[in-house]
Amino acid sequence: MNQLVLRLKALGNSELAWRFRNSPPVIFAAIVLVVLVFCAAAASLIAPHNPFDPATLNIMDARLPPVWIDGGTSTYLLGTDEQGRDILSTIFYGMRVSILVGIAAVASSMTIGVALGLIAGYLGGWVDTVIMRLGDIQLSFPTIMIAFFIDGVAKIVMPIGMREEMRFYVVILAIGVADWVQFARTVRAATMIERRKDYVAAARISQVGGVRILLTHILPNTIGPVLVLATLGLGVAILTEAILSFLGLGMPPSQPSLGTLIRAGNDLLLSGEWWISLFPGAALVLLVLAVNIVGDWLRDVLNPRLR
Amino acid sequence: MISLLATRLTSVILVMLVVSALSFSIFNFLGDPVNNILGVNATLAQRDELRVALGLDQSTFVQFWRFVERAVVGDFGVSYRNRQPVVDLILARLPATLELVLCATIIALAVGIPMGVYTALKPRGLLSRSLQFGSLLGISMPQFLIGMLLILVFSVELRWLSAFGRGEVVKLGWWTTGMLTTSGLKALIMPTITLAVFQVSMIMRLVRGEMLEVIRTDFVKFARARGLSDRAVYLTHALRNSLLPVITITGLQIGSLIAFAIVVEAVFQWPGMGMLILQAIEFADFPVMAAYLAFVGFSFVTINLIVDLIYLAVDPRLRAK
Repeated sequence: MNQLVLRLKALGNSELAWRFRNSPPVIFAAIVLVVLVFCAAAASLIAPHNPFDPATLNIMDARLPPVWIDGGTSTYLLGTDEQGRDILSTIFYGMRVSILVGIAAVASSMTIGVALGLIAGYLGGWVDTVIMRLGDIQLSFPTIMIAFFIDGVAKIVMPIGMREEMRFYVVILAIGVADWVQFARTVRAATMIERRKDYVAAARISQVGGVRILLTHILPNTIGPVLVLATLGLGVAILTEAILSFLGLGMPPSQPSLGTLIRAGNDLLLSGEWWISLFPGAALVLLVLAVNIVGDWLRDVLNPRLR
Repeated sequence: MISLLATRLTSVILVMLVVSALSFSIFNFLGDPVNNILGVNATLAQRDELRVALGLDQSTFVQFWRFVERAVVGDFGVSYRNRQPVVDLILARLPATLELVLCATIIALAVGIPMGVYTALKPRGLLSRSLQFGSLLGISMPQFLIGMLLILVFSVELRWLSAFGRGEVVKLGWWTTGMLTTSGLKALIMPTITLAVFQVSMIMRLVRGEMLEVIRTDFVKFARARGLSDRAVYLTHALRNSLLPVITITGLQIGSLIAFAIVVEAVFQWPGMGMLILQAIEFADFPVMAAYLAFVGFSFVTINLIVDLIYLAVDPRLRAK
């Protein structure tokens, strides 16, 4: 316990904390991010309604405008959608899905990228050439295009009954596979430097196995820039998911993310019911903006050379 | 220089091989051409006959080779959905997407570069700061949302612009253009802006970053010491040297514009290739998907190659090696 206090104090006095305290926009973004994540995580506790319980929905309440416009009621602060669901509540739940998919997608591209980067950097030779060449090829395509294709093909190939429940994993994998290259490149470069150092030679002489050297000795020394990349990648992943969902290839209406909600409201835009799509949209922009600001700041502070 | 070109060409061939293999797999393993042509009620004999006629009894490698041979001359078979040759469908949709992408690129460069230069030269000014924040908003905002906001303001509220379609188009041979009629140009405004916002922000941030670094270098100091005007120092010396990475990124960005055009086309019901591929996925139209993939792959590879050549032309250091 005492040690924990000491550590926290050290963190409070570190350069990181000092620079954090001295950049108001970042503090603001971080607060927004914490609030949004809290709303998403505690959706089932703090949302004013449960939008996924058909028993509480009343079709008479469909398409109500927000409270400050004529016809709105204080029961539904931001209005209701076509099925009479409270927009504010669907945003909380939708944000939860968006954040979960984003984090899982980044985690999977990080896992793929770090693993391949370690292998390529440590083994070198033809393995290195094949992996990095594959990365080069993939990089000549935009991430969104790759995710789009993986997702589109998966959507068709899956047995119809499984499509909806598997969407979550398909989307995560599609975005994850589409974005591994930058992780692999960073880790490979770092690994090629680390593997020539004495501590690796020492470990090898002590007959430590290759896998163990990679995981317990080299990996911890390459992980710093990877975490920065991951923060930056989170914003992109959340946006990519929203785009896929908006195109009808992402999360299904039964398990909507912010992108799915915007898609559903898009059809009603022309009839003037803008709140159904634009409030989830605003939540999405706020979320991604906050993540990007914090990510940019982390990169500048921890690893300015990553730019 | 020759070796550089050789590496580039090998990588082009490599990429195209991988892309055509993927495209072939979609075409061949996912779709079942026999079922699609004959329907489910055909007899076994009929099926076998067609299988031989289509060359499906050959080895995968032979089939792949034939697929590539046909793809090179633009034959991707017939769409499952509307029974037209796939290449005709793509060519009919191509102009709409290309005009959109072209206009967005021009706007991105024409607006992004000056904004980048300005924010680099006056980093503390109020306008610079708002531009900086605006660009952060620009890269954090998904295209569909920008498009929806534009529709809400200019179509629903003000009723100035139509929210969908290309307007009137003029036929020039097989190419249809919306750039010669008023309604066509008006229809182009919102989709172009929607597509360009992200690129404007990207290019602005990129130019700004590069300018900030170049300004600090010695040759800029010397240029100033020689008594050159600010204009000459910043525009001919500094900007020229910051534009190298911009060329690369712009090239890559044109590629991603083709991808993001799918989103913009979905928002504005723009009858381009993006709508075509979305419908193809919806109806499991594999020949169209395969052709689209091959086409997009080919465009990206070509763009990358052109970017490399331009790079070679403008950077004397590369030629000297």
